[in-house]
Amino acid sequence: MNILEQAGEAAKGAAQGVLKKAIELAPDSWLPGGRPDPLIHHQHGHVGKPMSRIDGPLKVKGAARFSAEFPLVGMTYAAVAFSTIAKGRIATLDIKAAAEAPGVVLVMTHLNAPPMKPTPLFMTHSKAAGGDNLAVMQDDRIHWNGQPVAVVLAETQEQADHAKSLIRVEYEAEPATTSLAAAKAQGTGPGQFMGEPLKLEIGDAEARLVEAPHKISATYRTPRQNHNAIEPHAAMLVWNGEELRVHDSSQGVAHTAWSLAKIFDIDEKQVNVTSPYVGGGFGSKCLWQHQVLGAAAAKLAARPVRIALSREGVFRVVGGRSLTEQHVAIGAQPDGRFTSIIHTGVTVMTRHNAFPEPFIVATRSGYAADNFKLDVEVAYIDMVANTFMRAPGEAVGTFGLECAIDELAEELGMDPIELRIRNEPEKDPTEGTPFSSRHIVEAYRAGAERFGWSQRTAPGMRREGEWLVGMGCATGTYPYYRMPGGAARITLTRDGRATVAVAAHEMGMGTATVNMSIAAERLGLPLDHVSIEYGDSTLPGVILAGGSQQTASIGASVIAAQRVLVTELLKLAGNDSPLAGLGADQVGGYDAGLAKLDEPERHESYASILSRAGRDEVVAQASAPPPLELQHWSMHSYSAIFCEVRVNAVTGETRVSRVLGSFDCGRILNPKTAASQFRGGIIMGLGLALMEETEFDERNGRIMNASLADYHVPVHLDVPPIEVIWTDIPDPHTPMGAHGVGEIGITGTGAAVANAVYNATGKRIRDLPLTLDKLM
Amino acid sequence: MSIIVNGSATPLPPDPRVSLLDLLREHLKLTGTKKGCNQGACGACTVLLDGERVVSCLTLAVQAEGRAVTTVEGLAQSDKLHPLQQAFIDRDGFQCGYCTPGQICSAIGMAAELERGVPSHVTGDLTAGTIAASREELAERMSGNLCRCGAHNGIIDAIAATFISKEAAQPYRPDGPEMAA
Amino acid sequence: MTPFQYSRATSAAEAVQSAGLEAAKYLGGGTNLVDLMRETIERPAVLVDVTGLSANIDEREGGLLIGAAVRNTALAEHRVVRERYPVLARAILAGASAQIRNMATVGGNILQRTRCAYFYDDEGSRCNKRTPGQGCDALDGFNRMHAILGTSPACVATHPSDMCVALAALDATVHLEGRQGRRTLALTDLHRLPGDHPEIETVLEPGELITAVELPPLTMASTYRKVRDRASYAFALVSVAAALRVEDGAVKAVRLALGGVAHKPWRAWKAEAALKDGPVTAEAFRAAAEAELADAAPLRDNAFKIELAKRTMVSVLGELAGEAA
Repeated sequence: MNILEQAGEAAKGAAQGVLKKAIELAPDSWLPGGRPDPLIHHQHGHVGKPMSRIDGPLKVKGAARFSAEFPLVGMTYAAVAFSTIAKGRIATLDIKAAAEAPGVVLVMTHLNAPPMKPTPLFMTHSKAAGGDNLAVMQDDRIHWNGQPVAVVLAETQEQADHAKSLIRVEYEAEPATTSLAAAKAQGTGPGQFMGEPLKLEIGDAEARLVEAPHKISATYRTPRQNHNAIEPHAAMLVWNGEELRVHDSSQGVAHTAWSLAKIFDIDEKQVNVTSPYVGGGFGSKCLWQHQVLGAAAAKLAARPVRIALSREGVFRVVGGRSLTEQHVAIGAQPDGRFTSIIHTGVTVMTRHNAFPEPFIVATRSGYAADNFKLDVEVAYIDMVANTFMRAPGEAVGTFGLECAIDELAEELGMDPIELRIRNEPEKDPTEGTPFSSRHIVEAYRAGAERFGWSQRTAPGMRREGEWLVGMGCATGTYPYYRMPGGAARITLTRDGRATVAVAAHEMGMGTATVNMSIAAERLGLPLDHVSIEYGDSTLPGVILAGGSQQTASIGASVIAAQRVLVTELLKLAGNDSPLAGLGADQVGGYDAGLAKLDEPERHESYASILSRAGRDEVVAQASAPPPLELQHWSMHSYSAIFCEVRVNAVTGETRVSRVLGSFDCGRILNPKTAASQFRGGIIMGLGLALMEETEFDERNGRIMNASLADYHVPVHLDVPPIEVIWTDIPDPHTPMGAHGVGEIGITGTGAAVANAVYNATGKRIRDLPLTLDKLM
Repeated sequence: MSIIVNGSATPLPPDPRVSLLDLLREHLKLTGTKKGCNQGACGACTVLLDGERVVSCLTLAVQAEGRAVTTVEGLAQSDKLHPLQQAFIDRDGFQCGYCTPGQICSAIGMAAELERGVPSHVTGDLTAGTIAASREELAERMSGNLCRCGAHNGIIDAIAATFISKEAAQPYRPDGPEMAA
Repeated sequence: MTPFQYSRATSAAEAVQSAGLEAAKYLGGGTNLVDLMRETIERPAVLVDVTGLSANIDEREGGLLIGAAVRNTALAEHRVVRERYPVLARAILAGASAQIRNMATVGGNILQRTRCAYFYDDEGSRCNKRTPGQGCDALDGFNRMHAILGTSPACVATHPSDMCVALAALDATVHLEGRQGRRTLALTDLHRLPGDHPEIETVLEPGELITAVELPPLTMASTYRKVRDRASYAFALVSVAAALRVEDGAVKAVRLALGGVAHKPWRAWKAEAALKDGPVTAEAFRAAAEAELADAAPLRDNAFKIELAKRTMVSVLGELAGEAA
């Protein structure tokens, strides 16, 4: 049975299952006193059932078209030359040989690049997408080692690459800040994240720490990391007059279109960015210089351009996660109750971006305590602008916090899970808001049972041949977000089919699949009568595939659009319909039409309503309400990560032999793809724990392992069987009762591994990655 | 002077710098074979050359003269997916899908190597006639194909289900929700 | 990639003839050379494809004669290699990925170049190997992967091959053909230490072609152990190729070579001398390892390799002694 047939079968079964009751419309907000999304309690539909990806057949056949794979007539191929100094100016540029090389169409440098406005920096506007705020190739200034200094266009990629190698650039270098020590010596500034200071003091944490009978105080370090999606960044760009058409690999099509329009000083509507498939993003696939350079070169050459960054190019042009140096101190009573939590430290960024790695965010709501001191200080380095990478803040912040808790448990002689449970907060400890849905204790209990946590021995006690074996655990958290700007359009046609259009993205999360099932269920349609349009900046909404919020954003948008749709349908149905006289709140989606909620025999199919009204289609578009739920509750996804490691006593090699993730992320909408998201996050967490580090040469600010041979990510043999379980308890205050699942997996995993390594060896390593030299 | 790509003779490119990968993607528009690093470090460009898996990015097209290349586009028989392709869907052996064609071609080459008795780094007895296809064996043999989304468990499941046995292909949580798929 | 002419040789003599120019390079599997050409670190004007030359593996006088065009996988899966030279099979299988091993040839593997990141960074870093006299940025840079033995102020790079470490331990000889005729050379004499001229990596004459590798018979238990930063598909931090025969409670014969520690596959002659005819004890193994590493010189990031090499040697010898016992 192929996927469509399977889906069809599932739909039949589902339709039979839902005959009893129509699904009422969801409320358009989830404020206190409000009612939850009725989909939450709807147990017999598509939502919550495992479903294969609808794009699966295309992807396994290699037929899904990624950004570099749209042939354009008359296309030229781009190659980019990068600076080799961190700061200064271009003194001389010799492009003669390159310009004369076979097949070369254009050599673009700051001397001939068209005028462009500075890049809108992410978060300076709701649609700003830039990783930094620099103007691209407008002057001779060098801001980082690896900055593009020239672009060659040629008839073939081979010709472009060769011509690029003939360019000779000389620089006048200026003193640059390229080491952490030098940057710190120049002074740090306060960090800000999402418009809020990364600084918080409650009570007197330092004084309470001094008094505390039990305490831990330690410094943890995490290195730079790069996303390394397997698809390198690429874009194909063509100008039709003043209109710019872009095939991009993007997790923010609307953002990118708006930002490119600003840069080229044209109307937003004159830029169309599409991105049907994204070969992995993890935070990296926003707007960087390559799309801007491609558009500029296409304009200058009056030819379509394909600019596909080399793997090295991705490291040079696209920022990664920044380093952190975290101080964590916790004071506790003899019974384990925390009196004081201190989480402070330093990260580095550039003067051209505004994204300090916010490593304290998980600590704000993790544990009960009366005294907090949280602070992220920023030191400035001349480097490519760092950016968000899967679970920014939490991924590395939980390493410090959750290792410290393990250390404190050891000091107290307590089981680390019991210590965590003892400090479980009743409400958000720093905001004072109630939790919308927090079941981390249940997740721990279930996970511990299933993992066999009770088999854990004292540190260094279990040995099999050369291998020391240990277990560790840690808590992961990631906030529930729903960013403003979501919107959706539902087009219902006379044949009873619906198309939901959202400017959203499919990077492998299963977005299209899960939203098809959600929409089908809301509308009371079979799955094969619903399709999803996405990945196009001309579609409604500003929906970033980031912050694990895309499905919540789409969900809230579709709810709003359905309300408009139903209101319009009831109008069209008129007085001759069984639905006559009913209001939108009295009807629901049911059996390919609308029905009265408590009287399902009062039903009229969509097809019937439309044909009677003489309409081929009804189009309803609406924006999601502002995310006010975030102001009333403390909202997060949670996990308890369990890990078993084997550390070689001779060589220090660490192998992770078992992992279990026990998740509490609201209702799981598609167990099949959600499980993959959880596992995927955990595996990136294993990389973070064991091997990942971007080697930034502090002498000159150059990244020295700009390749997949030298930047290690986990290979198949590094990945053990990973078991994932979940509470599946819906959050009544979110669309579908769901929380995000994309980033939670990586959080906590680094600490779980490090804690297991401690349990295996008795060695506490506080610097990531846990390479063998640290364990010998 | 031609290469047989998925059964069709294809002329060699005039420029010997053209890699087999770029021949496929840029000249033949067979973009199923992916470029992830262009230096043999990720395996996304894996194709079968006379049945052997190779990285097409480090193979010059001219070196493949007279040889048979099978890409991901050449696996499905008319409209019917190769069993491994179907298994990737069933076991969710991918997310973004970019490394997927390389994983699939690599696994097909791997299955032939296993069948032939080629040992691996984790094979205990090098002289054994047949090699038990443990999960560890499969994982080691597939380690030349990186996946960044983290679909490793599903990939190994899919391979085991297709080439080894139903028992070996048991997912990690037999009673888990993903089995219900 | 700089433009080049491509030709395919049908005999060694023809290959040597075709490669008459200084700017010619022999092309094997291409897994290293094509990469370096793409980085413009190698810019040959002529590529002579020698993969069509001898790919035979023949038994000869109790040993093996291996054609230079034999692919790595073919060598590792060969029945005689698996049965009599497990150290070689294991070394090959520890290297790269299956795809790369299906492509890489014996000759190409031997002549692969270092993976030093500063060597690879053609545009942004100094390297005496690439540009003689330019200086070495690895010396005070990231050098965790770099050499601890036989280094010079000009170069601290390592030879990345696993296969060659086994060949060094096996007393392999290399068959060469050049304009001056044919000759053979011990593999351990083929690669050079960097000295003042790290750009000269072997003692091969210009245009000289590796045609085959010959293995003498081996009557010892042997194995290979590689220590690296992830479970698979990574270059060695340290590797050990070892062969051992124990008789009457004493080391009757031993061969040891180290990978990941030097500019060439490092035959551990000192350790072998220390072990020969000595006791089969962990203490003796440790003493031998200490002797071999006595002259090791650590850099900023790689001091751990000294202890790692010692421990790995002791562990591997212990494993072989256990097998022998």
